[in-house]
Amino acid sequence: MTPWLAVILGSLAVYSWKYFGYLLPHSILDSKLLSKTAGFITISLLSALVGVQTFVNNQTIVFDGRLVALIAAAVLLRLKVPFIGVVVLAATIAALFRLAF
Amino acid sequence: MGKGSVTSVSVSVGLATGLYGISFGALSVTAGLDILQTMALSLLMFSGGSQFAFVATFAVGGVGALPAAITSAWLLGIRNGFYAITLAPKLGVLGVTRALAAQLTIDESAAVSSSRDIADEQKKGFWFTGLAVFLFWNLATLLGGILGNLISDPADFGLDAAAAAALFALVWPRLQTLVGVTVGAVAMVSSVLLSLVLPTGIPVLVGATLAVLAGLLLDRRKK
Repeated sequence: MTPWLAVILGSLAVYSWKYFGYLLPHSILDSKLLSKTAGFITISLLSALVGVQTFVNNQTIVFDGRLVALIAAAVLLRLKVPFIGVVVLAATIAALFRLAF
Repeated sequence: MGKGSVTSVSVSVGLATGLYGISFGALSVTAGLDILQTMALSLLMFSGGSQFAFVATFAVGGVGALPAAITSAWLLGIRNGFYAITLAPKLGVLGVTRALAAQLTIDESAAVSSSRDIADEQKKGFWFTGLAVFLFWNLATLLGGILGNLISDPADFGLDAAAAAALFALVWPRLQTLVGVTVGAVAMVSSVLLSLVLPTGIPVLVGATLAVLAGLLLDRRKK
């Protein structure tokens, strides 16, 4: 598969939820199980990606500047720093950590 | 979000979202996509969480991880389907207008619309916010892509850590309950451990599935 094909297929796949939502009856929202599952899917995918992005490198577990940056991000989010501030500061901290060690 | 006129709320949400489009653009080109592919993601996929997941998976796993990148992006887009179901009776759109409304159905447009009580403002809130975010998000993606191309080694600038921080910031508001934290922790730990044995991209999908099941079990236990 080429990156272009993946970009197109991925975009169509994401659009499919957006479009089909308009065709479905409103009563589907009454299903607690369905909306709970959807919520859990979002939490679990994002968390799994955070874990892999932070700790994994070439099929091994590593603790490096990324972990320091993630801890910093948690503190910043706790302090209600906006999204862009969290991302920029986390990157800066990781970069400084690498310079120092 | 409830304060001020619909137009000003929409524009400020659009501007704020645009700001983090810069980080998406930069991360995407440093992940190995070119500027056109990066722009295509923002124009066509147009859903922040899905886009970050797509480029993060590609950054680590390369071309071999593209099917997993598509799957992660697709599953993260499920939220938008739920917004669409909620918005459908409020917007009353058909045909081409419906196809356009669908593309603009994202976290921000749904949130501004649902923060309004008057039917007319719910419609305006959706359209203005959707269009404002679309405009600023795409301009910011281009800017971020250009900036990202100036960087030779992403790790020197901590951009690999920025990807994790961005995804973390997206999930943060959902980690405020015990069930939420548990689901997140199961997903994180299991996908990291599975990464030792499974090829890139797959551990995220398997780990996330385990966490969803854990969440549903935990939820049933509580009753």
